[in-house]
Amino acid sequence: MAAATPTPAIVLIGHGMVGQRYLEALAERGATATHRITVLCEEPRPAYDRVHLTSYFSGSTPEDLSLTPPGFMAEHGIELHLGDPAEAVDREARTVTSRSGRVFPYDVLVLATGSHPFVPPVPGKDAPGCFVYRTIEDLLEIEEYARTRTSGSVVGGGLLGLEAAGALQGLGLTTRIVEFAPRLMPVQIDEGGGTALLRTIENMGLTVHTGVGTQEILTGEDGSVAGMRLSDGSTVATDLVVFSAGVRPRDQLARAAGLTVGERGGIGIDARCRTSDPRVYAIGECALAADGRVYGLVAPGYEMAETAAEDLLGRAKEFTGADLSTKLKLLGVDVASFGDAHGAASGSLAVVYSDSRSGVYKKLVVSPEGVLLGGVLVGDADSYGLLRPLTGSVPPVAPEQLVLPAGLGAPVTLGPSALPDTAVICSCHNVTKKAITACADLAEVKKCTNAGTGCGSCVKVIGRLLPSAADKGLCRCFPFSRSELYEIVRTRRLTSYERLLDGHGRPEARGGEGCEVCKPAVGSIIASLAPTLGASGYVLDGEQAALQDTNDHFLANLQRNGSYSVVPRIPGGEITPDKLIVIGEVARDFGLYAKITGGQRIDLFGAGVEQLPRIWARLVDAGFESGHAYGKALRTVKSCVGQTWCRFGVQDSVRMAIDLELRYRGLRAPHKLKSAVSGCARECAEAQSKDFGVIATASGWNLYVGGNGGATPRHADLLAQDLSDAELVRLLDRFLMFYIRTAEQLERTSTWLDRLEGGLEHLRDVIVRDSLGLCAELESLMADHVAHYRDEWAETLQDPERLRRFVSFVNAPGAPDPTVRFVPERDQVKPDLTALTLLPVGGPR
Amino acid sequence: MTVELRVSEGWLTVCELSALIPGRGVAALLPDGSQAAVFVDRAGRPYAIANQDPFTGAQVLSRGLVGTVAGRAFVASPLLKQRFDLESGRCLDHDEVAVRTYPVRTAATSAAR
Repeated sequence: MAAATPTPAIVLIGHGMVGQRYLEALAERGATATHRITVLCEEPRPAYDRVHLTSYFSGSTPEDLSLTPPGFMAEHGIELHLGDPAEAVDREARTVTSRSGRVFPYDVLVLATGSHPFVPPVPGKDAPGCFVYRTIEDLLEIEEYARTRTSGSVVGGGLLGLEAAGALQGLGLTTRIVEFAPRLMPVQIDEGGGTALLRTIENMGLTVHTGVGTQEILTGEDGSVAGMRLSDGSTVATDLVVFSAGVRPRDQLARAAGLTVGERGGIGIDARCRTSDPRVYAIGECALAADGRVYGLVAPGYEMAETAAEDLLGRAKEFTGADLSTKLKLLGVDVASFGDAHGAASGSLAVVYSDSRSGVYKKLVVSPEGVLLGGVLVGDADSYGLLRPLTGSVPPVAPEQLVLPAGLGAPVTLGPSALPDTAVICSCHNVTKKAITACADLAEVKKCTNAGTGCGSCVKVIGRLLPSAADKGLCRCFPFSRSELYEIVRTRRLTSYERLLDGHGRPEARGGEGCEVCKPAVGSIIASLAPTLGASGYVLDGEQAALQDTNDHFLANLQRNGSYSVVPRIPGGEITPDKLIVIGEVARDFGLYAKITGGQRIDLFGAGVEQLPRIWARLVDAGFESGHAYGKALRTVKSCVGQTWCRFGVQDSVRMAIDLELRYRGLRAPHKLKSAVSGCARECAEAQSKDFGVIATASGWNLYVGGNGGATPRHADLLAQDLSDAELVRLLDRFLMFYIRTAEQLERTSTWLDRLEGGLEHLRDVIVRDSLGLCAELESLMADHVAHYRDEWAETLQDPERLRRFVSFVNAPGAPDPTVRFVPERDQVKPDLTALTLLPVGGPR
Repeated sequence: MTVELRVSEGWLTVCELSALIPGRGVAALLPDGSQAAVFVDRAGRPYAIANQDPFTGAQVLSRGLVGTVAGRAFVASPLLKQRFDLESGRCLDHDEVAVRTYPVRTAATSAAR
């Protein structure tokens, strides 16, 4: 053919999980650039995660389930036709005709048509109220139908059946499972496992029939499902029925095109995933593999996708069979089976742990030589990620230790570190331990190896293999998080950073200088706990001086040209004219740039470090205190004018804001704290965007916590309502101290609350209901703070020793830094950046 | 004990060693108008590098926090937190950037220039 297509055309029929994996395999190998690829997809949406379909009912959106990265098709020049399935294949002409009548020529055809649910031929199976459970659309239909119904039944107690039952229960239906085999999940687990699973599922309120077939779907007067007649002669009432009695390969297209198809279905393929026509591949659940099996799991499908992609490029790869290991959470119960789960190998032995009270059943199958052959885990499958890769080898500890629960008998010390580098951790994508440990974090693992993106059962083990995930340490100096360091400092009453580092630091960090991350963190912890520890409350005393960031060190905020800004506290944003005049005079006399801040106070910029004491002498003299704008501490409590003046106000919000600001001023925390008080529900003070916000009600105050503005805004959560003044303060004392105690470094209350296990409800338990018995201690810590508060600037000014640091040059104490210069702008000043002649990069000569 | 820095004119006395807080720095004005940042570590060992932060141009490195990584002392700029090795002046976060270093010593008596 002289006019042959310059780039060969691939047509892929089916865009499910395996189809998408095939496209990714092509893209990874650069084949998307050398081939023109067309995809015909029956469903109205691109490939999504069918394995986790049921998670839709626990809040996943169809977007969350999507497996197709946005832009993937465009980036690789792939033409995707949604909702337009292939109707016919003409192998002579090498074309595919779609339902819409379009004709697509191919050089290579790939069938990834998947499977369809098997519906037993029982009378009534097509009545309204009968469903299958396969696609997002099925799920949406079930959800819609269930809205006005109260009960549902699932025909089939296998993997998918239990998934479907979980979905029905999630929809609030009284749920029944009917399984023909004598136990649940007959393919994967043995009788003992089935019994444990049955008990647990029944305890959840589901009704299970085993060893019983479905004979007829009974319909009501309107013709829709009303009940079922079972093979034991009984009838049960049900509003809907979901058939989940297995799947069958979708091979009709191949059959019609004259390709070889298995006796019991499935498109016949060889080890290279080629059908009887070498131009046509079949992969996934539609294929009858060379070993004579149809694989209904995603991992073998992925393996076939890889094989077909390799073969296309002329590389040798074979698919000769696959591991049927699986781990699922069904109805909240962990169920896993791997390897020779049924002990089919001759001479195999079993080690079983069974506790029907807790519904835990674990069986390991071992050879007489001690080689792990397989196993079944029900109720507690945490060890699956470790056991499966060990299959085929002699485990490093005795099998009984591997099935006993932690704390019973010898503790199992087998961690992922015990696995060899060659152990396959992710069986969906065939990723070894070695490939995973080469990555820095889970995101990188997923991106670079795809591990953890299939069934997800290996994610836990991956987490334990990654150094960064395993290490909660604050920095390279400490293996502890900030909250753990807080506890160490508190319980050991340590007030010395060096003692903390030398006694609790990582071995390689002991005796060193620490770093810029942990020093301020520990400085903050010691400052938060100072009254309790008997440490100096003054953050610049003794060894604490070396820990503070430059802002805390000079009690001012460093600006870009090396000058500082000065922010006196203006509690609640209320200020007398006289004080306002003093601020104006100070700004004028020292040539400072003045700006009103978002926190209802005034920031004065452009002070040289040697000017700070003189500026503050004037401010302190006029009755101002430090505003702690430089510290990870309480900033401001903003307020609206409130009931006193505003015709809408219902409480005196200004007084409350002043009270709160004065109570919590100087409180060092993991991050800055902002607050506001609004005098009515109109919320002019924007309290719901603050770490703690208070809104007046007719009978008291509503307290909101965890709000944030900034780059990741978060509306605060309502913690408690209609509080009296005293109740409000008590709750806030507890809230703030609990945050200081448990948050990580530089973690605002918003992220802390989002991360807190159990979230708002847990917070309420701890600080409202005192579930941990902590409240008295939290209150006493705050009482200590309030009692010991002193103004840092007033203290500094009284001590010539403390004032010594406020010089630009140690060898020329009076001299200002000549590079800190200003030029006029809008009747004020701004930094003269030309004074900071930058050395060229690489600069020193 | 004093801390001395070598500049083109010879050894320059900067300050008493006791004026330095271990783990913190001070700035020194040099005869040519340039500035040095002088530090002392826990062990009492002094270091001196240029005070100018090459990323912003501000004379602020003396106000950064001192740390140790892989056994070597560094200072983190107080502005954008890049770290500089106190012995070599090399920026640990950007290979191609470095600041000047100065020979520095502690002396029992104030040495003349």
